[in-house]
Order: sequence, then structure tokens, then C-alpha cells
Amino acid sequence: MTALLYILLAIVVAVAIWQVASILNLKSVIATEKDNNTQGILFAAFGIFFYGLMIFSFVKYSSILLPDSASLEGEKYDTLYMVTMVLILVVQAITQFLLFYFAFKYRGVKGRKALFYADSHKLEMIWTIIPAVVLAGLVLYGLSVWIDVMDPSDAENPLIVEVYAKQFQWEARYAGEDNELGLANVRNIKGINTMGVDMTDKNALDDVPVRELHLPKGRKVIFKFRSQDVLHSAYMPHFRAQMNCVPGMVTQFAFTPSMTTEEMRLNDKTITKVDGINKIRAEKGEDPYEFDYLLLCNKICGSSHYNMQMKIIVEEESEFNSWLSNQKTMAQVVQ
Amino acid sequence: MSDHHHKETFVTKYIFSTDHKMISKQYLVTGIFMGVIGVFMSMLFRLQIAWPDTSFSIIEAFLGRHQDGGVMSPDIYLAIVTIHGTIMVFFVLTAGLSGTFSNLLIPLQIGARDMASGFLNMVSYWLFFLSSVIMVISLFVEAGPASAGWTIYPPLSALPQAIPGSGMGMTLWLVSMAIFIASSLLGALNYIVTVLNLRTVGMKMTRLPLTIWAFFVTAIIGVVSFPVLLSAALLLIFDRSFGTSFFLSDIFIQGEVLHYQGGSPVLFEHLFWFLGHPEVYIVLLPALGITSEIISTNSRKPIFGYRAMIGSIIAIAFLSTIVWGHHMFISGMNPFLGSVFTFTTLLIAIPSAVKAFNYITTLWKGNLQMNPAMLFSIGLVSTFISGGLTGLVLGDSALDINVHDTYFVVAHFHLVMGVSAIYGMFAGVYHWFPKMYGRMMNKTLGYWHFWITAVAAYGVFFPMHFIGLAGLPRRYYSNTAFPLFDDVADVNIVITLFAILGGAAQIIFLANFFISIYKGKKAEQNPWRSNTLEWTTPVEHIHGNWPGEIPAVHRWPYDYSKPGHDEDFVSQVVPLYEGEEES
Repeated sequence: MTALLYILLAIVVAVAIWQVASILNLKSVIATEKDNNTQGILFAAFGIFFYGLMIFSFVKYSSILLPDSASLEGEKYDTLYMVTMVLILVVQAITQFLLFYFAFKYRGVKGRKALFYADSHKLEMIWTIIPAVVLAGLVLYGLSVWIDVMDPSDAENPLIVEVYAKQFQWEARYAGEDNELGLANVRNIKGINTMGVDMTDKNALDDVPVRELHLPKGRKVIFKFRSQDVLHSAYMPHFRAQMNCVPGMVTQFAFTPSMTTEEMRLNDKTITKVDGINKIRAEKGEDPYEFDYLLLCNKICGSSHYNMQMKIIVEEESEFNSWLSNQKTMAQVVQ
Repeated sequence: MSDHHHKETFVTKYIFSTDHKMISKQYLVTGIFMGVIGVFMSMLFRLQIAWPDTSFSIIEAFLGRHQDGGVMSPDIYLAIVTIHGTIMVFFVLTAGLSGTFSNLLIPLQIGARDMASGFLNMVSYWLFFLSSVIMVISLFVEAGPASAGWTIYPPLSALPQAIPGSGMGMTLWLVSMAIFIASSLLGALNYIVTVLNLRTVGMKMTRLPLTIWAFFVTAIIGVVSFPVLLSAALLLIFDRSFGTSFFLSDIFIQGEVLHYQGGSPVLFEHLFWFLGHPEVYIVLLPALGITSEIISTNSRKPIFGYRAMIGSIIAIAFLSTIVWGHHMFISGMNPFLGSVFTFTTLLIAIPSAVKAFNYITTLWKGNLQMNPAMLFSIGLVSTFISGGLTGLVLGDSALDINVHDTYFVVAHFHLVMGVSAIYGMFAGVYHWFPKMYGRMMNKTLGYWHFWITAVAAYGVFFPMHFIGLAGLPRRYYSNTAFPLFDDVADVNIVITLFAILGGAAQIIFLANFFISIYKGKKAEQNPWRSNTLEWTTPVEHIHGNWPGEIPAVHRWPYDYSKPGHDEDFVSQVVPLYEGEEES
């Protein structure tokens, strides 16, 4: 019923505009010299708005960005990101300036003839070759980081962890003393064996299932991802890490945590960000927030996609080891 | 042709017309109608994103059982996000943009009486209409429309247990898209054949306007890539309805193991993006072609680097078919493939940069006529650059890791293909409205339309990059589950306010468009003093376009302000004077 009201309202507005437009002179249809002048000046003004918006956003929104990387690989990511971003901003600043400036400067004047300038091989060579060279550099740099991040085969004594996704929850499983994950398949899911671990596989018995992810600082962690139902994506933004979880296959990602949760809470950028958040929370009368690393789902997976998360705690290796040894193994859990 | 006149009835003239000019108008009006739905949906979900848990009577009014006390349900949120994407990408920017202007301009600008097959052209439109109707019907099914995202990745899209929209809603989505693809293929084949075979005397390929080059190459990309999406859709239908396992394997959902074994969702992603990425250029290239034409005409200058522009259109088209994997860097695909796709993806930046620089150089020392079409074209160049540059982040596999599927991506592709392409569409409508309806659109309303839209578009999508960089995933119904994201709430409010402003500005366009059809000032034959052939046809539409012989073409279309001529434009039909060099 209300929908009908809205539609009626829209019709009334349309009729009103129709009437106004009829009264207005519909005869003005082609830009005159005066229009060229006004619109050219408006382009200059828009250029100022454009740069203003950019500068405003960078100043105002820098505090909401992610804090420094919490993984060694992420530090390389951040450097590559900075280099790329500077390049983008330089090109953006120059080209947009030229565009708005030309739109202003060459606004039409009666009687002036435009320059007949159809071609210049020299210019075109310049703006083919320069981007090509810059991009070649960017590709090589990017690929070196990519290969570095994606190939954990040279890691010494990495920690193997399975991250397991399902609507709308994360679970995880440590490989245990043998550092080898037992086989698993959704067809083995039964009762408390929620990840479908194959208990006939001897590697499985010492595996440690958990609902909260603990990671040791300074040791490479190789994550093996599985999903039991639909696609999910394991997104750990503070570590610059993400990988899809695909039903029917095991995917992989690796990083080396470089800051414990405690250290990250004391990081300047984190403090600024958390202060900002707590100011907002205080205004709304909510409890203050304390920083924690998170694993989020970042691939649309259903109704509660927006609330599929797991806490990650990074700690010194000794603390991690003692925490892990206090957890029950698969053998203990299933019995 | 000119000597036999069919008696045209209302039905053959306005409904089952085989005249490309009428079909073009049918595409445009259908596209606008779908666009209104698509944009309206974005208004609804922007309300939810900015003010979750707040009651809105407009949501209560339109979402019926999918809302509770004026707050939309998470499922319908995902559904309208999905349908917004589907409608805008396919129904508005593919059919509405390319369908309208390819149909209008290909015969008129190459000097042909009509499309190669008027009948196929008519069938193409009516299949599009049918698919639109089915898509709109899908909005009203019991469990809601498709809601697995416009990329419809299985298993989510395959299993009604996973999300309610994957029931009847998804079935209708797939049927609608299959018909849509058939429509688009018929259209594309027609465009290709027409451009190759029906050019008038003297219209060499190197004398074609860049619009035609863009439509021609777009049609080729469509023919190459759309069938792959059709196959993906068919295989998905098999998986959903006939128990096959192309895309599904090892699934345990709602307490039971499903029978699927051996398939892979990653295969679907490959098939989807083999169309999905070229689709970006199917949307964008026509807009760039339109812009080339309008910028040149309104700068009163030849387009700079005509041959380089053709070369870059072809290069972009070729590269667009070998970059799809950049949507899948973290899909579980072999990282080596990621390296290859990074390389090919960043290569695309080169022809894109050439195009951008050539547009800017075309403006240099021009005599810019600031018609509304020109404003939108300049706006397009701006958003194309802003959005294109962030592609350097997303196309680089290493950098993609942390921004993949965040709002950074949403900001990037909305600027580079959404806003740019819609600007191209608006520019085209303002510019060729006199050719379509024999009347002019009002310029003052056009100016208001442009400036409000331009401010709103940047107001929406510029800040959006930052919430992506803050790590906020897209397609979240609400961010309240994460205190970490409490500080992006304010940004989201700003974005929504700009979005509402931008949405409202489109009412100005709609009013201008529909009023001008009936009350606009009568158009002159060549209002923009343009060189191309469509302006040599009479204002009143006639079947066969030219009353007598089709004129022969003697020069390229960009002789603006050429020394040695009195006027600042020289129509393509004017022969070279003695001693004149062809540009």
C-alpha cells in the first residue's frame, strides 16, 4: 500500500517537473558561447572539488586504514603497495589536472578555430613506451613479491594449520606432534568430529581441533583451507593474507606472524585507530573495544556471511606451545 | 528500396519493427526502465549499509515479506545486491548501451539502409525483452530472487539449502540470462556482418568513425565470450536440476552429505570470468567509442591519433580475453597462473593509457562546445582514469591478496566501468537524441544532470576506496558484528548521502528525456555540425534512411577545423578538393 503511495508521489514529482520544464524554455538546446564559458569555469571548479575531495579523504580517512602489517610477508606487501600508490597518485594528479585545465582553458569562443592536429608519432611513442617501461618494472617487482609470498616450500619447520570453513563458522586444526594433518572428508562428519577428520589415518590422532586460532610469532605458518559447503574466503587483513576455501579441494597460504597481539595493541597506528573507534562507541554508550586480530569471511556465503569470524591470537612461541599442549587432540576429543 | 512502400501498421512500426532506428529506441527505453530498477535497488541497500537496524518506511513499502518493521532481511539484502549488479551490467550497460547505439549508428554511420538482417535484429530485441521480463518476474518469487552475487558462484548458487534465493529465483535468473545471451549473440553477429558488408562506397575501414570501430570490436568480443557463459549457465542448470557434478564436490550442508563428487567451483569461476572480464570491455568500449566521436565533434578538432585509437581498441579487445584469471588470484588457482595473468592484465594498461592521453590531447587547443554530451564525455575520461589507475593495484596478484573482495574493488569497477560506461550512455543519448526522436533535449537540465551526477559519483566512490583499504569486505549486510569497523560507519553515511543525491539527479534526466520526446525543440538536420553520415539523413525517420541514393564517402570523419575549408567541419560526403590531402 505504501509502495503505491511512493509510486504516486513519484508520478506527482514527474508531473511537476514536466510542468516546470514546459514553463522553462525548452528551446535552449545547443551550447552558446556563454554556456561554453560557464561550463568551462565549472570544470575548473570541479577540478578544485576533485583535488579537495582527494586531499580531504587522505587526511580524514587515514586513521581508519589498517595498521602496520603483522606478518613478515605483509611488510613486503606494504612496500609494494606504497610504491604502486605513489605512482598512481602522480599519474592521477597530472592527467586529471590536464583534463580539467584543458576543459577550462579551451572552452569555446566564437570565431576561434581549433588547431588541426591529428597525429604525432613522437607523442604517441612517448606515451606508449613510458607506460610500458614503468609497467614492466611494476610487473617484475609485483611478481617477485607474489612468488615470495605464495611459495612457502623453503620454510624451515613451518607450523601446519588447517582452517575449516562452513556456514557461518570457522574451525581450525593443528597438525599436532607429527606436524602432518590427518586426512579428512566431509563424508566422515559425525557428531563431535565436525571437520570430517578420518580417524583411521594415523596422522589424524594427534591433530588438535580448536575454535580460536593461536599463532606463534616468528614461525612460518602454512595454512591449509577447506570448506564443507559453499565458497568462503579466509581473510586475515592484518597479516595481508587471504585465500578462498573451496569445497572439494585444499587451498594454501602461508605467512610468518611478526607482531604478537600485545605488540600490535601498542602500535601507534593501532592506538590511533582504536581510540577513534572507542570515541564512536562511547557516544553510542557501548563498551570500549580492544584490538584483536581477526579471520573474516570475505566471499559471499549466505545469510550470516556478515558475521562469520574467528579471533586470532599471536603470541611468543613458548606461550603458544604451552597453550597448544593444553588442547585436546582429535583422539581425545572423539573418544 | 525507396520505390516500394509497405503500408505500416502500428504493430509493424512500433512493436515488431525491423527498422534499426525503432529497435534502437526500443533497446533504449527498455534499458532505461531496467536502469531505474537497478538504481532504485542500490538506493535501498545503501540505506541498509549506512543505517543498519533503522526502520525505513520505503523499505517496508517495497520489500514486503522480506523485511521486518522496515529493516530488510540479510537474504533480501544479498538478493538486491545481486540483482542490482546483474541488471546494471547486462541489462543496462550491455543491452541498453550497446544495443541502443550499435543499432542506431552502425547503419547510419556506415551508410547502409538497415542492418544485414532486420528480422534477426527484431528477434534479438524481443529476446532481450523476454529476458528482462523474466528477470523482473524473478523479483517476485516466494523465496526472493537470485542472491549469490552477480557472479553466481556455485555451490552457493546451486544449493537452495545454502541460501533461499538459490531456489526458483536462481532458476529464473539462469533462464533469463540464457535468453539474454541468445539475444546478444544475434545482435552481435548482425553488427559484425553489417559493418563488414554494407559499408557505402568509399567507406573504407580506415574511414569508419571510432564509434563503429568500437561497436564492431565489441560485437566480436561478445561472440567470442558470451557462449562460454551460456555453457557455464547450462552446466550449472545440470548441476542444479539433473544431479551432475560439474562444479560441486564433497558438500555437507544442513546435516547431510550431498552426492556430488569430483566437480570444482574453480572451473565455474574460469568459465564465468572468461565472459566476465571481456564483459567489462563489452560495456566500456562502446562508451569509449561514443566519447571519441563526441569529444572530437565538440572540440571542433580531429580525434588525436585515430589509428592509435583503433589499434588500442583492438589491443584491448585481444588482451581482454586473456586476463580473466585476475579475478581468481586467490581462488586456489595455481600461483604460477596468477603470475601469467598479472602480466597480461598490466599490459592492458598500455592501450588504456594511450586512449586516455589521446583524449586529453584532443581537447588541447580545441574550441570546446560545452554541450551536455561533451560534459559527460569529459566526465568519462576523468572516471576512466581514476578507476583505471586502481586497476594497477587489483591487477597485480600480490597486491590483490589483501584488497580482493573488499570495497576497494567495488570502488574500482564502479568508476572504471560503471560510471564511465553510464556517462558514455548519457553522452550518447544527449548527442543522438535529435537523430532518434527528431527533437532536441534541453541543455539546462542536461547541465544540472551532469554536475550533480559528477559530484555525487566521486562523492560515492572516492571515499569507498578507503573503507576497502580498511579491510571491509563487500556484500556485508551490516558491519555491526565487527567493532573493528565501527569507524567506517560515518564514511558509509557520507557515501549513502551522495548516492541518494546521485540517484535523485537521474530524475532530471528522465524528465528531460521523456518531455523532450514530445515537447522538445524540433531538431535541425545537423545540430552539432558533425561530419558523420547519420547527419546527412532527413530528420524525419524513413525506412531505408536516405531518400535517394546512399551518399558516397570521400574522407575520414574527423576533418574538423581543417585548414583550407571555410567551415570548421567537412562532412564525409564532401569530395576532396583538388590538391587536398586526405588526413
